[in-house]
Amino acid sequence: MKRKTFLERAAAVPHIVWMILFIVAPLLFVIYFAFTDASGKFSFSNIVNLSNYGNIFLMSVLFAFLATVICLLLGYPLAFFMSRLKPSTQRAVVLLLMLPMWISLLIRTYSLLALLDNGGLLNSLLQALNLPTVKIVGTPGAVILGMVYDFLPYMVLPIYTTLSKLDIRLFEAAEDLGCNGVKTLFKVALPLSKSGIISGITMVFVPSISTFYISQKLGGGRFDLIGDTIERQFLMNNNKNVGAAISLVMMILILISVAVMNKFGDDDGGELIV
Amino acid sequence: MKVLSKIYMVLIFALLYAPIIVLVLFSFNRAGTFNNYSEFSFYWYKELFRDSTALDALKNSLILALSSAAIATVIGTLAAYGINGMRNKYVKTVINSITNIPMMNPDIVTGVSMMLLFAAASAIPFLNVEMGFGTMLIAHTTFNLPYVILSVLPKFKQMDKHLSEAALDLGCTPAQTFLRVELPFIMPGVVSGFMLGFTLSLDDFVISHFVSSSDFKTLPLYVYNQTAHDVKFSMYALCALMVFAILVLMILVNFAGADRSNNKKKKKTRAVSKI
Repeated sequence: MKRKTFLERAAAVPHIVWMILFIVAPLLFVIYFAFTDASGKFSFSNIVNLSNYGNIFLMSVLFAFLATVICLLLGYPLAFFMSRLKPSTQRAVVLLLMLPMWISLLIRTYSLLALLDNGGLLNSLLQALNLPTVKIVGTPGAVILGMVYDFLPYMVLPIYTTLSKLDIRLFEAAEDLGCNGVKTLFKVALPLSKSGIISGITMVFVPSISTFYISQKLGGGRFDLIGDTIERQFLMNNNKNVGAAISLVMMILILISVAVMNKFGDDDGGELIV
Repeated sequence: MKVLSKIYMVLIFALLYAPIIVLVLFSFNRAGTFNNYSEFSFYWYKELFRDSTALDALKNSLILALSSAAIATVIGTLAAYGINGMRNKYVKTVINSITNIPMMNPDIVTGVSMMLLFAAASAIPFLNVEMGFGTMLIAHTTFNLPYVILSVLPKFKQMDKHLSEAALDLGCTPAQTFLRVELPFIMPGVVSGFMLGFTLSLDDFVISHFVSSSDFKTLPLYVYNQTAHDVKFSMYALCALMVFAILVLMILVNFAGADRSNNKKKKKTRAVSKI
């Protein structure tokens, strides 16, 4: 074995220093602010007062959960069908799927608003046809729709990646052995694409539960989700202690659920797809 | 079944693209409403370019994306080199999991944690910390770092260790070995890490939202401000331009990729024919 050179020893040092200064220290500040009051004294009051925000937590979890389930139900078949296309077509379709991921989330949410808003295209069309207009923006459905619309590609891509790596003969074998389409799906495709499903769920659930732009725009300001609450505490109310406590709790909730999900998955773990 | 699956795919993609297409179409509508499409015009585009803050924001975004991606690439590549050489598994795991925190955490938590750090640092008199380009640069570099390491580290793992040992035996200094043997080998990973960082930085809104000030606005922050109140059709024009830019970029990248693989194939066949 060759001896470690000075370069090898020193190479990671800038990164380690950067990590301590800009990843670890900021998180310590979150913890510090969560457990102190405005004057800097140690207190549990922020954490205790979180019960006031119970409804917000529940609503956010519910919205994010529904959005994730809908994404999975819509996205899995899409990923499955994509993986069965001809290789040349697959390339083009994957590109088509990735293009929205490269367009800023703000723009995509805003374009959805342009479509659904009271003076938006949908209602203008309805008006022109002398039909009653529909009020979509400002309903819970609109917020969930926004989450689904924005994050669907993040569900499809990892599932597609795991499915496209599967040997197609597995499906043929299942069919030869007498499985029908549904059985093939549940006995072959689903178990073998578990890691893709898990990373898809994480990639939809985490941004959904922490969003604030989607709920601000499509919720018409009527729905305060965790993200909105944190944003307000930091940028408007200037109550950093409460904001830090909410952030801390959300972070811990997410870390626990990700850890549980990864336990469910095989030990090869979810694949990271960017 | 085949037909049904095709219909399903077309339907989902249509839904995915409908709002974007509508937005692009109506950005050319002189009337500036959805009620009537008066005439096709570039009026809203002209209106957009009359707004100097939009152009400033674009310039700021590019400067920030380039510099944060560059810094992250240098630090991250060196870090990958160091991490790859580490023998202590425990230390390796700790470093890797801390590195991945910004990737796992919701952006809003990363954003507020950075904000708290900078707010605390601004209380120290001689540091002179103010929200602006500096804080944005630090924040963007931080969330780019894991992606750079993630794309460079596998390249180091793929590399044959004997190559660098041979270089050392033949009289290269460790630095020369790194520059002449290891760096060329890991270059594809370095480039993709840089590109990833660049696009992530261009795209970031949430983290920037918490560490920016009014005198350094990037494009996403500008979009956010403009869309805060009423609907502006010049924003549709900006969005349409951004969509076009991304489309062109993706087509270019894809063609370049296809070209390269074609070249490789050609080279291979040539090599084979020579034999």
